[in-house]
Amino acid sequence: MSDDTNRHQVGSQELYRQNILDHNRHPRNKRRMEDASVTHRELNFSCGDDIELFVRTEGNRVADASFDGHGCAISQAAVSMLTEHVHGRGIDELENLTDEEMGQLLGVEVGPARRTCAMLGLEALRQALKKLREDI
Amino acid sequence: MTLRIMAIDIQKIRGQFPTLVDASRRPYVFLDTAASSLTPRPVIEAMGRFYTDFRANVHRGMYTDSLRATEAYEAARSKVAGFIGAEAEEIVFTRGATESLNVAARGLAEGLGPGDEVVITIMEHHANLIPWQQLADRSGFTLRFLPLGEDFRLDMEAARQTIGPRTKVVAFMAVSNVLGTVNPTEELIALAKAQGAATVIDVAQAAGHLPLDVTSWDCDFLALSGHKMYGPTGIGILYGKRPRLEAMEPQTFGGDMILEVTKERSTWNRIPWKFEAGTPHIAGAIGLAAAIGFVEEIGIEEVVRAEERLAAHALERLQSVPGLRLYGPAGGVRGGALSFAVDDIHPHDMADLLSKQGICVRGGHHCAMPLMRELGIVGTTRASLGIYNTEQDIEDLIQAIHEAKRIFG
Ligand SMILES: Cc1ncc(COP(=O)(O)O)c(C=O)c1O
Repeated sequence: MSDDTNRHQVGSQELYRQNILDHNRHPRNKRRMEDASVTHRELNFSCGDDIELFVRTEGNRVADASFDGHGCAISQAAVSMLTEHVHGRGIDELENLTDEEMGQLLGVEVGPARRTCAMLGLEALRQALKKLREDI
Repeated sequence: MTLRIMAIDIQKIRGQFPTLVDASRRPYVFLDTAASSLTPRPVIEAMGRFYTDFRANVHRGMYTDSLRATEAYEAARSKVAGFIGAEAEEIVFTRGATESLNVAARGLAEGLGPGDEVVITIMEHHANLIPWQQLADRSGFTLRFLPLGEDFRLDMEAARQTIGPRTKVVAFMAVSNVLGTVNPTEELIALAKAQGAATVIDVAQAAGHLPLDVTSWDCDFLALSGHKMYGPTGIGILYGKRPRLEAMEPQTFGGDMILEVTKERSTWNRIPWKFEAGTPHIAGAIGLAAAIGFVEEIGIEEVVRAEERLAAHALERLQSVPGLRLYGPAGGVRGGALSFAVDDIHPHDMADLLSKQGICVRGGHHCAMPLMRELGIVGTTRASLGIYNTEQDIEDLIQAIHEAKRIFG
């Protein structure tokens, strides 16, 4: 058991791979949006992570997505990647975006300790899309 | 009284902690004692003996095992009493400091109402804040906070201003779990007593690290957890001065806490049992007593000396790291909690990156959100010391921080 633990410990230095560090350092689409169709702010009080997601739709597609906020590298990189990913995609498709797909976007194994960080942006997206539905 | 000329043998102490000697775990540097300490073999074995040798409930049986269990449980109470300078009947076993603080707060809030004030500090753990907040809402008393002054220590001038004729309770931590600040316990108690206010001391971070003496402090209540002082989880105590406990109504009802029960009413057992409804954590109490034995065998003065020396060393080493900000007294008397931030690395990233290198620390708000807000941060990374820590542990921590800085570079 302890063997596994150790391998995990050494291996998961991985979590801070170059692409995550890069998104953290140079977040994509980090800007507030004046003409957003919907916004949602998602907070993780226990970490102090704070993300506001902006989504502008055209028809049933996402025309633009951006975010503002602060938090740990994982939460910030994840939401940055997510804003790129959703660009141009259909709302129906995005409503079905799973945790696993979010994990694949990040490209690393996220342990239970960091799951909420990694999924904060996705949660914001889910809530935003829900609001959008309710508005329609 | 033994004469100790030599410094304590840390390697021998480390040898008693199973996770520290387990070579398959390495790299493994445990610096999270403020959250929960490791448990030495004598504690594990004492608890094991209850389960293997005399497993029975207390206070209820005529047979040998039950009598032995009762004896061991009550002997544990006496051991705790001796450890803090109290009488056995003033020791109530609880699940931990949180439950102890809740019981004390509810008991004291009984007599409070609008116009009364309870004074706590801005650095309190949520366990000594939320109970008062809730009770203030219900009873209408006012909750007041003592602020920080210089060097992450309490502003005692403000304390003298705040603690006044309306003050009915002063409740505070002896040592901060975040800042490592050692509060001026005696001075605060004196200010409270001058106003006739009751005192509640949270010694969760002091127990096992500093000497405790409720007789010389003359405080009314004191709360501690076993698991932060080398004992098991799930056990702690509430000390209450005898007349305080006698005057306080029990809050949990059931077996063992009663004298006589009729269909209509019940009368309460004597203290401390009237506060211990139901089957207690017998193994936990026995383990806590063994943990006290472990600390006493080293000698609390030796513990203080060793931890002070290591804390001073750690402070110096931490401050040598470029971009590191310390949240806590930079010197002088202080506890073993070392909170810091490095560059703009989020505390969870830092704690995570350190853990990848085998360093066990904690990142976050440490159950002190109002303090974090006061400091204008979301959290800190905290390394904290126990009697088993060495200069090598500090070196490993420093190297790992440098590695984290390199990764985030
Ligand atoms: C100062 C302080 N008070 C109270 C507590 C609560 O202790 P427990 O969780 O064991 O009830 C802690 C634990 O983190 C603490 O550090």
